[in-house]
Amino acid sequence: MLFTAKTRSLAVAAILLAPCTATLAETPEERGLAIAIEGDKRDQGYVDSTANMKMILRNRAGKESTRNVRIKSLEVEGDGDKSLSIFDEPADVKGTTSLTWSHSTKPDEQWLYLPALKRVKRISSKNKSGPFMGSEFAFEDIGSQEVDKYTYKYLRDEDFESAKTFVMERYPTDKNSGYTKQVVWIEQDRYIALKLEFYDRKGSLLKTLVSSDFQQYLDKFWRPSTLEMTNHQSGKSTTLVFSDYQFQTGLKSSDFSKNALKKQ
Amino acid sequence: MLEKYMYWLVKLRWFAILITFITVGLLGSGGRFLSFTTDYEVFFGDSNPQLTTFQELQAVYTKNDNALIMLSPADGVVFTAETLQAITELTEEAWNTPYSSRVDSLSNFQYTYAEEDDLTVEDLINNPTELSENDLVKLKEIALAQPLLVNRLLSPAADVTGINITFELPTENANEVPFEIMKHIDQMLLDIETRYPNITTAKTGVVAMNKAFPESTFKDAKTLIPAAFAIILIGFMVLTRSLWGTVGALIVMLMSIMAAMGTAGWMGIVLTPPSASAPTLILTLAVADCVHFLITFFQQMRAGKEKHQAIRESVRLNFSPIFLTSLTTAIGFLSMNFSDSPPFHDLGTITAIGVVYAFVLSIFFLPALMAVLPVKAPASRKAETGLMNSLASISIKYYRALLVVVGVLIVALLAMIPRNELNDEFVKYFDDSLEFRQDTDLIGEKLTGMYFIDYSIDAKLASGINAPDYLQQLESFEYWLQSQPEVIHVNALSETFRRLNKNMHGDDGSFYKLPEDKELAAQYLLLYEMSLPFGLDLNNQINFDKSATRLTATLQNLPTKDVLAFEVKVQEWMASNTPSLETAGSSPTIMFSHISKRNISSMLAGTTIALVLISLILMISLRSFKYGLLSLIPNLVPAGMAFGIWALFNGQVGLSVSVVVAMTLGIVVDDTIHFLSKYLRARREQGLNTEDAIRYAFNTVGEALFITTVILTAGFMILAQSSFAINADMGLMTAITICLALFIDFFFLPPLLIWLDKRQSTSDEPHGTLHPVS
Repeated sequence: MLFTAKTRSLAVAAILLAPCTATLAETPEERGLAIAIEGDKRDQGYVDSTANMKMILRNRAGKESTRNVRIKSLEVEGDGDKSLSIFDEPADVKGTTSLTWSHSTKPDEQWLYLPALKRVKRISSKNKSGPFMGSEFAFEDIGSQEVDKYTYKYLRDEDFESAKTFVMERYPTDKNSGYTKQVVWIEQDRYIALKLEFYDRKGSLLKTLVSSDFQQYLDKFWRPSTLEMTNHQSGKSTTLVFSDYQFQTGLKSSDFSKNALKKQ
Repeated sequence: MLEKYMYWLVKLRWFAILITFITVGLLGSGGRFLSFTTDYEVFFGDSNPQLTTFQELQAVYTKNDNALIMLSPADGVVFTAETLQAITELTEEAWNTPYSSRVDSLSNFQYTYAEEDDLTVEDLINNPTELSENDLVKLKEIALAQPLLVNRLLSPAADVTGINITFELPTENANEVPFEIMKHIDQMLLDIETRYPNITTAKTGVVAMNKAFPESTFKDAKTLIPAAFAIILIGFMVLTRSLWGTVGALIVMLMSIMAAMGTAGWMGIVLTPPSASAPTLILTLAVADCVHFLITFFQQMRAGKEKHQAIRESVRLNFSPIFLTSLTTAIGFLSMNFSDSPPFHDLGTITAIGVVYAFVLSIFFLPALMAVLPVKAPASRKAETGLMNSLASISIKYYRALLVVVGVLIVALLAMIPRNELNDEFVKYFDDSLEFRQDTDLIGEKLTGMYFIDYSIDAKLASGINAPDYLQQLESFEYWLQSQPEVIHVNALSETFRRLNKNMHGDDGSFYKLPEDKELAAQYLLLYEMSLPFGLDLNNQINFDKSATRLTATLQNLPTKDVLAFEVKVQEWMASNTPSLETAGSSPTIMFSHISKRNISSMLAGTTIALVLISLILMISLRSFKYGLLSLIPNLVPAGMAFGIWALFNGQVGLSVSVVVAMTLGIVVDDTIHFLSKYLRARREQGLNTEDAIRYAFNTVGEALFITTVILTAGFMILAQSSFAINADMGLMTAITICLALFIDFFFLPPLLIWLDKRQSTSDEPHGTLHPVS
């Protein structure tokens, strides 16, 4: 009896302690990865989406310039998503379309259709960290954020603007990335990134991205309506405003092929 | 009142000494707030139009603050696997430089070419260690065909290459930043030179120059100030032959400098090379006050007066002259506040404060100190008045000849003044004892120029830079600039468009021309921008809404007048060829090209006010309108003659000379005051005739004037050894002026007095019984 009672209480203790010991055994790297995986999981199943993106560029003196782009995305199971960006403004690049196939482990592939030349041109996969349409966003900032594109390290829990967040660092695995490190604030309830800091090659803070006005679509998927990127070194900033989000619009894989580019 | 003051001063001598030490200590403690500037822009006032234009341009594009590193392989061949590897490594490491925003080099040059139907944009050099001989030859060929590289980052002979680092400098702790950056770069270069012993490096650029300002100041502080002290103290010792007198003078000089620099600290003044020369000036000027007090003091003691009595007598006799000369000197220096260039405000203000402190110390502290020290009068020197007497005789006997000869000399030298050319090649502000100058000259000779002009070419419409009309005009401006002999290199967006157009047509050379429609140009640019890696974007060349581009012309080392002539030529060409693109050039070179002219006109007002004030003071102290007016000749002519001599021997005048007239005015006027007041005293009090009064003036103050001139000349000649050309020129020019002032006072003023009196011999007696102040 005594023995049984003892074992039982030990078993109970073990069960009670299990989550704690599990947490203790988990390294900050594992915890970070787990958070990233959870975030990725929660966004699975959106199938496809379309949206309008307005890009407002601001220079050091606060003057503004606007660009308009339509975005189409397609979820690809087991690999990175595919996306199309169709430029509507400025007028001289109207109809220019970029197609991106994100990949989780190998470099993304990217093409640009130039209507004035009526040709599709491949973009070198090494260089994807330059400014996107003269904005403060690099292509890698707005491209599909696959889990494998980074390694992670959980730092702490923190309140960010009254939301409970996980704060973690992530390090790009691509050696051609423009960054050495990013710090991300992920809201604990919805697993959405509220704030991102980008650190340049010398480890200095380069930019901060703040996402806001999140809307929920299909009762599941959270999308920000506003992305505000501030470059701390140049004093310039860019705001992205998303509108007219549509999900599961029936886009097909063939809509995201090189041949389809010319027809946009 | 002066009697009462002296009575109490001698009585409370210990208290006076204590009070002085405490006050000087408190003032001097402000020295801890002093810092040294590391920004060339301090030479320009806030309202300087060239600075404003340049700042506007830098706000639109990325800033120009840079460091340029040159790599020279010993074998004179850049295209070897080893050298290319060194360039690649250094380029990688350069990205880690604090505050860097961009690194451009041969290795990360974004080489574009057609590959089948695609545009490939990649680093020019990849994996250099795996390159074959054949690859190296091909690479060299490619690189030498890139207009954006040759004469900028690669010499035409491909024997040296450059790495340019661009910075976004923070505004906080700005004075520390260049040190932090250059420390990193020095370490980086040391590392490369250690691992690649065949490669030597040199560095220049705005950040390197900014660091050279305090470096030049520290170098001067270490050598010039001790030298000034040594020479002046030795001179003082020889002159007075009194150890305690010399000690007293030393303490006065030290305390004047400490208190003045401390006050500058309390005022929040940030030192620049010009204002950091204030200690040397204060030291030199303080000496004169001490000389006057001590000489009279010793004379009185030798005449048998008791020590305290001698002190009182010396203060009584010297108070007015020291006060007057200090006042005029301070006015001269304060007028430097009219300068357009803020470092001279500070130099003028600090020196004027130092002069005032020196005055207070020499009539308050020095007498008290002498009262407590066991000082004895040195043995009387055999009067060398024989020499002064002969000089007086010469001046009187040959007055007509002197009047003509010196008069002609003056006119001849004044006529030379216009032969001076304004020149402010700012690199040459630093003499070749400084590493910055050596490296910059070397890089200028082998790789590229330090002087450039930026043009922000405005299409006046968002996306306007893609329009064929705009691009054609930009290109014709680019080509025209390239054909100018002054231009080493032109960086224009039109070159990028030509190259892209060729690449997009399968590298067909016949398409090496501008795209013919706007959409095509815009889409090429979009594709190209999307293909560029982090940090190598076009933000340094294109503004954010694509309504303007920056064109940079790198120039040979040109004297200022040629830069200004070039800019005029550019404006004329634009007006008749590309009128819609018309824009003023902007750069540090342009800013410095205008600085002397701006300063001379701003100092005209300052100099005039100083002249009027000083002349008024002279008239009041001499109690004569006529002699006050006459004093203008010995006060102004020496500076004019100095400029004439300068034209003969040098001919290049820069920023510093704009303040020389005002500055020397306050100093040379002292000679005039002393000479004329003695002359007038002799005529008025002793009723001597002109000749005898001149002899009297020579005998009483001639020697003292000679000695103070020697001391001042020595002090300014030490400043002339400065490693910073602005200070050196100012020192030399002032030394020449001071010597000429004595020459005029001895050999032109007396003949002039005789001649004037001969002309109006009927009314020979001037101004009845008025008493001069000294």
